[in-house]
Amino acid sequence: MLLSDLQGLLMCEVFSGEEHLDRPVIYGCASDLMSDVLAFSRSGALLLTGLVNVQTVQTAYIAELTAIVVVRGKKPDMTVQALALEKGIPLLGTPYSMYEACGILYRAGIPPTMERSTDPGSTGSK
Amino acid sequence: MKRVTEKTFSQSFSIVGREFFDAGKVSTEIKTMLKELGVDAGIIRRIAIAMYEAEMNVVMYATEATVTLELSPKAIRIVVDDRGPGIPDVELAMQEGYSTATTEMREMGFGAGMGLPNIKKNADHFRIDSVVGKGTRLEISISMN
Repeated sequence: MLLSDLQGLLMCEVFSGEEHLDRPVIYGCASDLMSDVLAFSRSGALLLTGLVNVQTVQTAYIAELTAIVVVRGKKPDMTVQALALEKGIPLLGTPYSMYEACGILYRAGIPPTMERSTDPGSTGSK
Repeated sequence: MKRVTEKTFSQSFSIVGREFFDAGKVSTEIKTMLKELGVDAGIIRRIAIAMYEAEMNVVMYATEATVTLELSPKAIRIVVDDRGPGIPDVELAMQEGYSTATTEMREMGFGAGMGLPNIKKNADHFRIDSVVGKGTRLEISISMN
């Protein structure tokens, strides 16, 4: 699947990076915790998130993610859009909720990037 | 400050604490620099992730820090030396999920207690020394092989 296909599936608005919509989408991950994205994502993964700030874009650049899809119709401000443009990270927005957007992509065959935890109690907050 | 010797490249950077908007600038600058130098993509990703977590820690908790990057044909070494509150119990801070983060930090997507363990995970060599009331010195290196 290409980002342009995903754009149609999730009815996305493109905030920046229109020229990169020919990028392939190989893995997906969904998180509002950038630390988890940094710890568990793979290079080339797509990020679905409800967190829209400069740290989201910096995380995508650092972890070499293919694109960011902001869920539930949130609109990134101009600073965030400008940083995404500067870093070459496609920034899209979908009206779907995180749960729905994940479901649609999972059903379309996009596998998860994050490793499945073998010990459910190992990373819980205290 | 830029110093290039025959085999080792070294550069220093500054991070200012509580400047949330600038958080990540040093890490992205280092990443871009390593890319331009033609360093292996997998190594760059590990260095960038470790550096970004370290930078976020400084921004969230410390007053300021000096970052020294040393690049040799064998390894990349990074030292983050901060002036700040220090860490009273380093062993506890190294546990996944342990965090003293504020709501503001968590709203930025950080402060989940994954930073230090993730820095260690990405480094071949990891050392942390902390003095309460003075600051924390983090040293990591990643082998080029």
